Amino acid sequence: MREIKTSQIKDKVKELFLKANYHLDQELMHRLEEALEEETSPIGKSVLQMIIKNNQIASSEEIAICQDTGLAVLFITLGQEVSITGGNFTEAINQGVKEAYQEGYLRKSVVDDPVFERKNTKTNTPAIIYIDIGLGDKIKFTVMPKGFGSENMSAIAMLKPADGVEGIMNFVVETVKKAGPNPCPPTIIGVGIGGTIDKAMVIAKKAITRKMGEPNKNEKYSAMEKEALEKINNLGIGPAGLGGRTTTLAVNIDYLPTHIAGMPVAINVCCHAARHAEGIL
Amino acid sequence: MTQVKKITTPLDDKSVRELKAGDSVLINGYIYTARDAAHKRLIELIKNNQELPIELKGQIIYYVGPAPAKPGYPCGSAGPTTSYRMDPYAPVLLDLGLKGMIGKGLRSKEVIESMKKNKAIYLGAVGGAAALIARSIKKSEVIAYEDLGAEAIHRYYVEDFPAIVVIDTCGNNLYEIEPPKYKK
Repeated sequence: MREIKTSQIKDKVKELFLKANYHLDQELMHRLEEALEEETSPIGKSVLQMIIKNNQIASSEEIAICQDTGLAVLFITLGQEVSITGGNFTEAINQGVKEAYQEGYLRKSVVDDPVFERKNTKTNTPAIIYIDIGLGDKIKFTVMPKGFGSENMSAIAMLKPADGVEGIMNFVVETVKKAGPNPCPPTIIGVGIGGTIDKAMVIAKKAITRKMGEPNKNEKYSAMEKEALEKINNLGIGPAGLGGRTTTLAVNIDYLPTHIAGMPVAINVCCHAARHAEGIL
Repeated sequence: MTQVKKITTPLDDKSVRELKAGDSVLINGYIYTARDAAHKRLIELIKNNQELPIELKGQIIYYVGPAPAKPGYPCGSAGPTTSYRMDPYAPVLLDLGLKGMIGKGLRSKEVIESMKKNKAIYLGAVGGAAALIARSIKKSEVIAYEDLGAEAIHRYYVEDFPAIVVIDTCGNNLYEIEPPKYKK
């Protein structure tokens, strides 16, 4: 067993949330530059220029890319040979989130009760934490500050197995069309197919954190990604929804085995500020 | 984009009428921030015939909940939030003289009808361009509902705040005009 202290976990979580909120990853920046070159709409071009400039300012000055610094989502793979010492694992994660948001001038966007008081917890906690147990003696973190302008445009459907690829395509394209300008296009669309209704959305969300430009390893699914991207960009919604050829930068599909009776399809929409950071302890 | 126009608050009917969907504008002067929670409180006051903490006549409300300001900055990152959540409240404020709203995303039929009736405009700021937009905010002060934190009503002094006229006083809507041109 390898010992990892909760203080190390807290520090790593803090470091990753600061990094994710200030610095957009290079692959995504590169994709935005490509989109700017390809965009034919003058308004679309000027919107993309503003987005690129914004991301450069945020990175060089270490200020938030977007004021909505999101709910703090973490995907953690915990090696089964790790022994966590010095306190509570979940508390350490939340403490790391709290310190990042309080010390990093990031907006605290969590309310304690979704219906009645809606009182701000002032710490941006609790975080949303997903833990998988893996092999080895390390902990792998993927953190994702998830904004809600795009989260609100997400959707889930329990399709029939007979609906097939066509049914999935229609659902994805219709969801993006309905969202229009609201989720801050150009977006990244995470799609989770299979599993259960809940698991489908978790893998859809995680798919957003996939490295830009990397297709699904299964050719049938990567073909679906390509087709969905083309169909979405043919909608003409464009950057900021003001018309253009760049509505979505990537469609990332992930899938899981599912029940004989069903085909859950979850769509998690993410804005162009698709912030995430990875780290290992 | 037809042309870039400088506008200064407070706005009068004539200058608002001259703005057309697709115009790029640079806003100067004071603007007010409000989003979900602040709107809810303003509407409560209006219902109860109580005095509002801000004068609405000729003013612009920016739908934003800014990030905290880093030391040395007048304001933290401050991009627009999605406007439809303010749709249930907007017509009441427009009836009281509000002339402009800055946000992002679709508006309801009711809001657009009220904008036409009251001669008001809807301006789009680029969602996610929050650090860039914050550069045009020169001064920021909380003037009401401090307990709401980022959702408090702030008064910003802005210089050349970049926005685009999305819906004009005639109801022309850029979200309906532009995308079909790029549809395949």
